[in-house]
Amino acid sequence: MIVADRKSLEEIQEMIKPHRKLLIVGCKGCVTVCNVGGSKEVEILASALTIARKKENNEIEIDTTTIERQCDNEYVSQLKETVGNYDAVLSMACGVGPQFLSEYYREQKFYPAVNTTFFGGAVSHGIWEERCAGCGTCIIHDFDGICPIARCAKSLLHGPCGGSSNGLCEISKETICIWDAIVAKKIEQGRLEDLLKVRPAKDWRTARDGGPRRSIREELTR
Amino acid sequence: MSELKSGSNLEKVLKAGHFAFTGECGPPKGANVEHLVGKFKHLKGNVDAVNMTDNQTAVVRMSSLAASHIMIHEGLEPNFQMVCRDRNRLAITADILGAHALGIRNMLCLSGDHQSFGNHPQAKNVHDIDSMQLINLVTTMRDKEEFINGEKIDVAPKLFVGAACNPFADPFEYRVYRLANKIAAGADFIQTQCIYNMEKFRTFMKQVVDMGLHEKCYILAGVTPMKNARMANFMSKFVPGMDVPDSLIDRLKGAEKGKQAEEGIKFALEQIEEFKEMEGIAGVHLMAIEWEHMVPEIAERAGVLPRPVV
Repeated sequence: MIVADRKSLEEIQEMIKPHRKLLIVGCKGCVTVCNVGGSKEVEILASALTIARKKENNEIEIDTTTIERQCDNEYVSQLKETVGNYDAVLSMACGVGPQFLSEYYREQKFYPAVNTTFFGGAVSHGIWEERCAGCGTCIIHDFDGICPIARCAKSLLHGPCGGSSNGLCEISKETICIWDAIVAKKIEQGRLEDLLKVRPAKDWRTARDGGPRRSIREELTR
Repeated sequence: MSELKSGSNLEKVLKAGHFAFTGECGPPKGANVEHLVGKFKHLKGNVDAVNMTDNQTAVVRMSSLAASHIMIHEGLEPNFQMVCRDRNRLAITADILGAHALGIRNMLCLSGDHQSFGNHPQAKNVHDIDSMQLINLVTTMRDKEEFINGEKIDVAPKLFVGAACNPFADPFEYRVYRLANKIAAGADFIQTQCIYNMEKFRTFMKQVVDMGLHEKCYILAGVTPMKNARMANFMSKFVPGMDVPDSLIDRLKGAEKGKQAEEGIKFALEQIEEFKEMEGIAGVHLMAIEWEHMVPEIAERAGVLPRPVV
């Protein structure tokens, strides 16, 4: 899923400073699963902002709603009766949400309430980790299901580099060296020779480097 | 290793079977050419080639390409270092062509320390290709006279290609295979990370020799003399992939007041003596970091002077 972190209350307050009537829109997709932008978090943010503005003697009126998915116009369109009633709209979806909303409702002003961080999953309760860099050409099977592009700080394809120490990456004691894990798995399986070939330079055209990407499934466009 | 690949002094020294002795020099943190040239006088005549570092530890400095060119002008031979952190394949290729055009004949291929270590931690890193692919790229340019996209090069750059090797990083059992991989990618010579744990290095070199890697590539052992126990302690605790045994720290601490630097140099000299005899070692790479003025004395006491003229 797409993982995000909520922006600080101070940053959000600063963004919405000029506005007195606000709609906060949550999303039932990824951001609900990673506990950052679902209906519960929408209500928490609404209360926090209301209290903060009250303290400043600058009260704000906030309504809330959470739609199925902000990355789908079928659901985005459900806001058409209400969206015009507000000074601005704060989206708690990933970066896709406020863009879809802005494209659909050109007259309205939308703000992002979260910072979209990565494609990943929950490794334990309350902890999410990156797993995919969306490079457009998946080769994780070559590394026993581990992606060095997303998970090595240098995206090395022939790691581990000289900074790997006790299973940790040189950048931080909180970051595991994913190449240490890849090598350990290969040794365990007796297939270390898999790592001994020199791979050609990667073709990054399928990644973001090739420009904004588009997926077309012909059978669905007919 | 029959005909010369670049004709660099380093290549000729190694090919002639001499025990090579290379030095290192960091470009200035500014455009201070005078300071840079000042460092050269300690190295000139005392080493076969000098590594010119490339934004080492991710701290921005004068470009290694420009500094290497200045070095040639001053009559020394550079080993132009290049990291994959700061350039994509276009910039890398262009700099290799430029390096050859400027008279550079040795190049060391590195991934590069992560930018979080340096003075621009906010920077976006590149890593379009990694060090292994960089070795492959530059040797393809030299040997096939082609860019990695297969297009022909009009006057191919001929460089003697080096790579780094850290036997002390983890996982240890994989390190010799990584070295084999770099040699398979095309590395002509290897310069190792600074060695302090001699026992571990002997084990590593035994693996290297057992696999016959020393016959396919020249291996230069990395030596950095410790200036004092504090430096040893710092390297042991805070530099990832550095293995400094407690026995060395204790030895430095045990030296008489004001004699820790001398003790550090003595240890380095003992190492060099052992490397001269060690099977598979073709030379020493002396990294006297911000201690270039000690190079003449170390070279003299190590008995590696005069440097061979080939």
